[in-house]
Amino acid sequence: MTTAPQIWPDAKGRFGPYGGRYVPETLVAPLEELEHAYAEARRDPKFQKELDFLLKNFAGRPTPLQFASRLTEHLGGARIYIKREDLLHTGAHKINNCLGQGLLAVRMGKKRIIAETGAGQHGVATATVAARLGLECVVYMGAEDMERQRLNVFRMRLLGAEVVGVNSGTRTLKDAINEAMRDWVTNVRSTHYLLGSVLGAHPYPMMVRDFHRVIGLEARDQILNVEGRLPDLLVACVGGGSNAIGLFHAFLGHAGVKLLGVEAGGRGHALGEHAARMAAAAGYSGARPGVLQGTYSYVLQTPDGQIATTHSVSAGLDYPAIGPEHAWLADKHRAMYTAVSDDAAVAAARTLARLEGIIPALESAHALAELIVRAPKMPRDSVVILNLSGRGDKDMEILARYI
Amino acid sequence: MTQSATSMTNESRISRRFAELRKSGEMGLVAYITAGDPSLEATEQFVLAMAGAGADVIELGVPFSDPVADGPVIQRASERALRAGTTLAGVLSLVKSLRAKTEVPLVLFSYFNPVLQMGLEKFAEEASVAGADGVLITDVTPDEGAEYRQAMSLHGLDTIFLAAPTSTDERLALIAEASRGFLYLISRTGVTGAKDQLADELPALARRVRRVTSLPIAVGFGISLPGHVSVLGGLADAAVVGSALVEEIERAASVPAAAEALAARVKLLKGAAVAGMSQRELQG
Repeated sequence: MTTAPQIWPDAKGRFGPYGGRYVPETLVAPLEELEHAYAEARRDPKFQKELDFLLKNFAGRPTPLQFASRLTEHLGGARIYIKREDLLHTGAHKINNCLGQGLLAVRMGKKRIIAETGAGQHGVATATVAARLGLECVVYMGAEDMERQRLNVFRMRLLGAEVVGVNSGTRTLKDAINEAMRDWVTNVRSTHYLLGSVLGAHPYPMMVRDFHRVIGLEARDQILNVEGRLPDLLVACVGGGSNAIGLFHAFLGHAGVKLLGVEAGGRGHALGEHAARMAAAAGYSGARPGVLQGTYSYVLQTPDGQIATTHSVSAGLDYPAIGPEHAWLADKHRAMYTAVSDDAAVAAARTLARLEGIIPALESAHALAELIVRAPKMPRDSVVILNLSGRGDKDMEILARYI
Repeated sequence: MTQSATSMTNESRISRRFAELRKSGEMGLVAYITAGDPSLEATEQFVLAMAGAGADVIELGVPFSDPVADGPVIQRASERALRAGTTLAGVLSLVKSLRAKTEVPLVLFSYFNPVLQMGLEKFAEEASVAGADGVLITDVTPDEGAEYRQAMSLHGLDTIFLAAPTSTDERLALIAEASRGFLYLISRTGVTGAKDQLADELPALARRVRRVTSLPIAVGFGISLPGHVSVLGGLADAAVVGSALVEEIERAASVPAAAEALAARVKLLKGAAVAGMSQRELQG
């Protein structure tokens, strides 16, 4: 049952009503330049070949699709497969996009790369690619995130990147993006902003998605190989939503494959206690469509339009807006979104460690926590793919408190 | 070219003020402060003090939690204003109260989200009724601004758009076409904030803008000293000063002291502006 999906976004970077380009005028010309450079690179077989080579030989693609036999047995329902993005170089899916944008920066003649990072995974991947390609690299990171993910700060510095702590606002990912945007608006002629999720102004949500699309393309081939059929359900965590859209996208045209995004439920339903933008049905309050950092999407905010504070045990999900394509998939009921609490995510990380010998990133553990609830209720012949977007090494100091 | 002719005949307070400036060969001074820093009552006093000292247009910044286009000074002002409980609705009440006391043109300077959450139509109506004259939204360009422009123009509000050093000639034409009242030219790539020197590229940039519009051009970002304002003589119709004024508020020991410091600073800068000549004069 395959239907050809309409290709989003449209020419103005819109996914239905979401997306677009809400930036100060200074950034419009550079965004247009980026859009054109990307459109050219996309059509250039040489660019694709170089990217494929690096994905394979530097990053370690393709990643395995592993049957989680003990977890499946333990839960007693659906057959669970794990897409092992955690095995990639630098420990998460983020490197897919960083290699793509890094090559693009070289192609555009930009010698300096800036990035924001929450959990530090995107920062590490950016610093890694900058080192590999010989580019100067500056990473903005919220001061609170620098404390809770300090191992990644050391990694970035070892790789030669400058890590700049951000003390404004909530001192997390949102504020790191603000500061990166301020740097970009100032140094726009020499610098490429290597945005790390399917957020921001057009063309970022489309371009970052495209660079992660390989996750779903591989998974589709792999599952057809071992199961001889498409899966019933895909599950992924959603902060900005890059790993989720990367897995989902290749399956959008397969109406029988259900898509489930799992947000951070934090420590409560009240505004400020969570980072669940699409889970209003589950009681999480405060999200409405709005404009934040260049794009129109669901945003956690106060009634008079100030961006709300958020909380999550995982820095990578601790962000008040969701990528515009996810908002559109939710509106169309093509994807479902729910949220799980900090505690459930930590418990799920422990379960996976003990049953499968894999310590997941706390971000990915959110997807797993939801699956732990759902899989037992599914028939034994049903098939689920979980995107294990990152490994948990960076979270050891947080996890240590729970052991 | 036709756009400015249209807006001149619309006779907004902004257009009238710029027409007077052109007639007298004076350069204008546009003064920005963040509304609600440290309180809306204080902002009212500040606006009256600056208008009295010769500011030609006042921009009232609507504080936003994530001011990506602003440097540290205005970021801090926004945080202070938000901590004081400032909302867009509160800023509109301030405009109403000010309009009963002064005829100085008032521009609301905001990020898009607070306006969007109030609703474009409701915002335009209330701003217009309160007595605001124009609106500038930092993160809306003409490309994304169709609905916004329609709502504002329906209520007689001038839409002011930003032009930047990175704007192509094509974009400058688009920006000029969409702007009413005046066009705000950003002097350099970067965020708001005072700098020692103006960018070397500014004269060439200002001439590029002049070629596509006869709208008044106000140059802002990085302007804090009388010397900066004088240099703009012959290049621009007005200078915009923001962070330097906000810094006076931040530094002052009390609200009356801040009002006094603002008035003194505005007088100094306006003096430099009067001494400068507008582009119109040079061409004439």
